Amino acid sequence: MSTKTVELNIGDVGAKGADASTKVDSEKMALNVGPSHPTTHGVLRLMMDLDGDLITRCEPVLGYLHRGDEKIAENMTYNQFVPYTDRLDYLSPLANNVAYAIAVEKVAGIDLPERCEAIRVLVCEMARVSSHLLGMGVFGMDAGAWTPFMYTFTEREKLYTLFEELTGARFTTSYTRIGGVARDIPDGWLDRVTHFCDNLPKAIDEVEKLLTRNRIFIDRTEGIGEVSKEDAIAFGFTGPNLRASGVDLDLRKDKPYSGYEKYDFDVPIGTRGDCYDRYLVRIEEVRQSLRIIKQVIANFPDGLWYAEDARKIFAPPKDKILSSMEELIQNFMIVTEGPQIPEGEVYFEAENPKGALGFYLVSKGGGVPYRLKIRAPSFCNLSILEHMVPGHMLSDITVILGSLDFVMGECDR
Amino acid sequence: MIDQDFTDSLLDKFVSSSFRHHEDCLTLDCNPSSIKDLLTHLRDEETFDLLVDLTAIDHGTNTENRFSVVIHLYSRIHRDYLRIHSPCSDNDSPEFPSLSELFPAANWHEREAFDMFGITFTDHPNLKRILMWDSYPHFPLRKDFPLAGIETPLPADDVAEVTQANVDPAPMMGGPFVSSGDGMMSESEPRAKDESWTEQAEKPK
Repeated sequence: MSTKTVELNIGDVGAKGADASTKVDSEKMALNVGPSHPTTHGVLRLMMDLDGDLITRCEPVLGYLHRGDEKIAENMTYNQFVPYTDRLDYLSPLANNVAYAIAVEKVAGIDLPERCEAIRVLVCEMARVSSHLLGMGVFGMDAGAWTPFMYTFTEREKLYTLFEELTGARFTTSYTRIGGVARDIPDGWLDRVTHFCDNLPKAIDEVEKLLTRNRIFIDRTEGIGEVSKEDAIAFGFTGPNLRASGVDLDLRKDKPYSGYEKYDFDVPIGTRGDCYDRYLVRIEEVRQSLRIIKQVIANFPDGLWYAEDARKIFAPPKDKILSSMEELIQNFMIVTEGPQIPEGEVYFEAENPKGALGFYLVSKGGGVPYRLKIRAPSFCNLSILEHMVPGHMLSDITVILGSLDFVMGECDR
Repeated sequence: MIDQDFTDSLLDKFVSSSFRHHEDCLTLDCNPSSIKDLLTHLRDEETFDLLVDLTAIDHGTNTENRFSVVIHLYSRIHRDYLRIHSPCSDNDSPEFPSLSELFPAANWHEREAFDMFGITFTDHPNLKRILMWDSYPHFPLRKDFPLAGIETPLPADDVAEVTQANVDPAPMMGGPFVSSGDGMMSESEPRAKDESWTEQAEKPK
């Protein structure tokens, strides 16, 4: 086989580079990322126009995980929809369960006993820790650091073991009921949660040592994906992303629900609103969540884990169903017709790990909601991409998407 | 705080609006013609600068105003929500003024409402479907759209040509759906409300 050597006429490259008047035309091209791509953390598709490495246009395409949850909700009873809320933000199903339950309870006018509220705050904060642990670990991976993910994932695994003990499921928990929770906490479970909380800060410190002052990590995240305070508000940011842009809005403080006003915690606020700030805010939120968990456990109230009124909404005690007429009828009604919820409309937002998860519920009486709108924080947080991404380099996309910490299950519903 | 003065001054400025009492937050009825002025006023003067949600409701095919748009605003100063109901003009081809200029957050919410209910938001910069695919012919959250879905062509022509496949309605038997509550007990078991076939009636071809 013969080879031929051709000399290319490229001249003196150094001289060309030094001569600024030589204009190098960069190539324009259209690039499609996703819908199935590791960067997109799910099934998000980005259609981009590139000028060399510079992004000039970015159009997100959603809907690849659309299941029609709102339509389904209109066709099933209130109780039956609880498992569907697990599958919204599937990294924090416990917190979604709670948000949905509170929305329905507001229409039904149910007040919960203290113990039930304490359990809910506890599981919400554990869900936040679990979601942020994953968010931070994956964000590190997006920026090129594999090791922190190993630390956070190990800790998250321990949390899942605790969830399994409490709810019987690791991932899709369906733990709350309308007017209570599915079952009381198991014996000795609180001690194991305390043990977890005592050990988590060590792991967070390790992650911080690896990332927070890491030169490469800072170079890749600082000043990237900056969102000003005004933009963050205008585009409907919520949650850690909004707070990273310097807006002091945390529904747990500003509009407390489920007894959050009883606990002492700080709300971390960012200054620049770049990817680095969003990371810092999440790290601090984990520490603050641990503070809340410790306070809940220290003052864990006695009493019932469901509201007495809620017996007509979720199942009466099993032994009574089999022995008493009244309870048998109630159980039959709940299964066939659904719980009877009075007429009314309510909008309730809970401060979830990803942002404010809202349920707008319109009831016309009966066992089925007339309309249930799910306001998904990931959906709103992503709407800024079109505005924010142009002007960044292609390599920044991974970091920006990682820092926004969205879940497509919730975005597409 | 949101008090009598607040509601009174708002009613003075926007005569056509009216308040309803609601336990969770203040609810306002407003004409679509004055919605932009109202929202500008609320945003700039009354600190309701966070549009948290915008959605629509289908009140049913037989109602006078079939579609209405519902907007939720949040004020960080009042620490409270404000709900605005506004009817859409035409039942057959509903229209509503787009709020994307005032609140960029409304952009995607309006696209979703268009996608699900078929409400045209006039002057919207990029009004196209967001969750369903672009060529989808129906509006799924309308009350006359069946839960099982309607048979439609696949969005990808080349795939459809090879596979001869359609997007089929979902099988509904045994699903965790609501009971009709009447008739024989065996027929009123919990199942899809609007299923298009049962054990007796075959799936329509």
